[in-house]
Amino acid sequence: MTPAPSSAAITRIVTEEYGRCVATLTRVLGDIDLAEDAVQDALTVALTRWPDEGVPPNPGGWIVTTARRRAIDRLRRDAVGRDKEARAAREEPEQDEPEEGGPVHDDRLRMIFTCCHPALALPARVALTLRLLGGLETPEIARAFLVPEATMAQRIVRAKNKIRAARIPYRVPHDADLPDRVPGVLAVVYLVFTEGHATATRDDLAAEAIRLGRLLAELMPDEPEVLGLLALMLLTEARRPARRAADGSRVLLADQDRARWDAGLVAEGLDLVRRCLRRDAPGPYQLQAAINAVHASAPDTASTDWAQIVALHDQLLALAPSPTVALNRAVALAETAGPAAALTIVEQLAERLDRYHLLHAVRADLLARLGRGEEARDALDAALARTEDPDDRALLTARRDASGRAG
Amino acid sequence: MAHYLLSVVTPADGEMPSDEEMQTIMGNVAELQADMQEAGVWVFSGGLEAPDTATVLRRSGDDVLVTDGPFVELKEYVGGLTIIDAPDLDAALHWGRRSTEAVGLPIEVRPFHWAP
Repeated sequence: MTPAPSSAAITRIVTEEYGRCVATLTRVLGDIDLAEDAVQDALTVALTRWPDEGVPPNPGGWIVTTARRRAIDRLRRDAVGRDKEARAAREEPEQDEPEEGGPVHDDRLRMIFTCCHPALALPARVALTLRLLGGLETPEIARAFLVPEATMAQRIVRAKNKIRAARIPYRVPHDADLPDRVPGVLAVVYLVFTEGHATATRDDLAAEAIRLGRLLAELMPDEPEVLGLLALMLLTEARRPARRAADGSRVLLADQDRARWDAGLVAEGLDLVRRCLRRDAPGPYQLQAAINAVHASAPDTASTDWAQIVALHDQLLALAPSPTVALNRAVALAETAGPAAALTIVEQLAERLDRYHLLHAVRADLLARLGRGEEARDALDAALARTEDPDDRALLTARRDASGRAG
Repeated sequence: MAHYLLSVVTPADGEMPSDEEMQTIMGNVAELQADMQEAGVWVFSGGLEAPDTATVLRRSGDDVLVTDGPFVELKEYVGGLTIIDAPDLDAALHWGRRSTEAVGLPIEVRPFHWAP
């Protein structure tokens, strides 16, 4: 036992261990809600004991063991729970669960294939994965996806109910079924990654997504999109050390100190992109990874091969048309064809992306470069009105203040 | 094992298959049923008459009202059904896929809440 941990340290451990513990308990108890309740019980015990007694050496194992005992107590009080109680008791180990390895190691993969089952709608899959594997609270997920909290809560309850009622299995699919099941999983893993990347306090989610990405790459080494997704996440993650200034504020790609990029992750990402290119079966993740590889290979913004980046966006738009990809293409196009050409495209996207703060931020940048300062400031105000993320707001406010002084 | 209802989602304004097509479908269905029986999942199958052959009974106070025709007019109706006893949804979806291939119409797979 380590002495007197801070409550922040305990909260961090609890968040880190939540998904792992729920996944293991779901295997043991055969029911997600029971698993969640049991883990919640154990965490309540942890929060009263750990501040005095210290954190056990294997907190995840301690939570699982405590949660299992609590679940057995709970089921004993409930006649309906007899066979589940027998199941939980049968699988009770002599000591705390091991950290990784064996069935425990696969629990989160089981959970992700269950959460990403094709019988569930995509929004439900994402919500479940973030709740059950990421340990996010329902209000956080609701905020991330711009829906009312009650809607998100209902979505999660409905999905868990369907898993139970329709008996969506808790297992990793057979080899033959993997090609059908993989794209749905990749979409969810990438959404978890971007959620972890967008929010400063959820860095652990990005790490979680990469861990799942590595596991999938190990499981399906012949699937280029799996490798593409991992490469994309690694190349994005490599920039993390440069994404924060000393005062903690966010630094945009163009202003980052590239010497601070994680050279190991860059090398690993570039190597994966090359492996994908050799297979010549491009997909959306591989193309996004290739775009990031172009950035990663350039010593600075000015010497970036922007024409290559525009071309890759063209390929991406042909495969998977989306207004946000078109917006990113416009950003690259501003470097090859100038801000006026880019602005024309951004204006065409304005209606569809009106709620997206980055549309207004990009528009502001292009307007400023065209010397239209007042319109640029209005666009920055529009961007500010559309994001509550403190990092976004800090960057946008700084830009508006600077433009105010210049004008 | 759990029971699942596989219902054939039939469009109300759809054209009836020709006799020849119907024969092919019936052949497919018979073959599928044999496979389900061999796999030990088959419980019951049947094709239903059109909804306009239906009669609805409804309690009204102490009486029961009898009405001619379906309960509500729908764009789609259940044209036939199969009940299977399968270990989990993946297994049920496998037979659902086979069913939609056999009859050429969408199949709704729905778990039973309870069954004897």
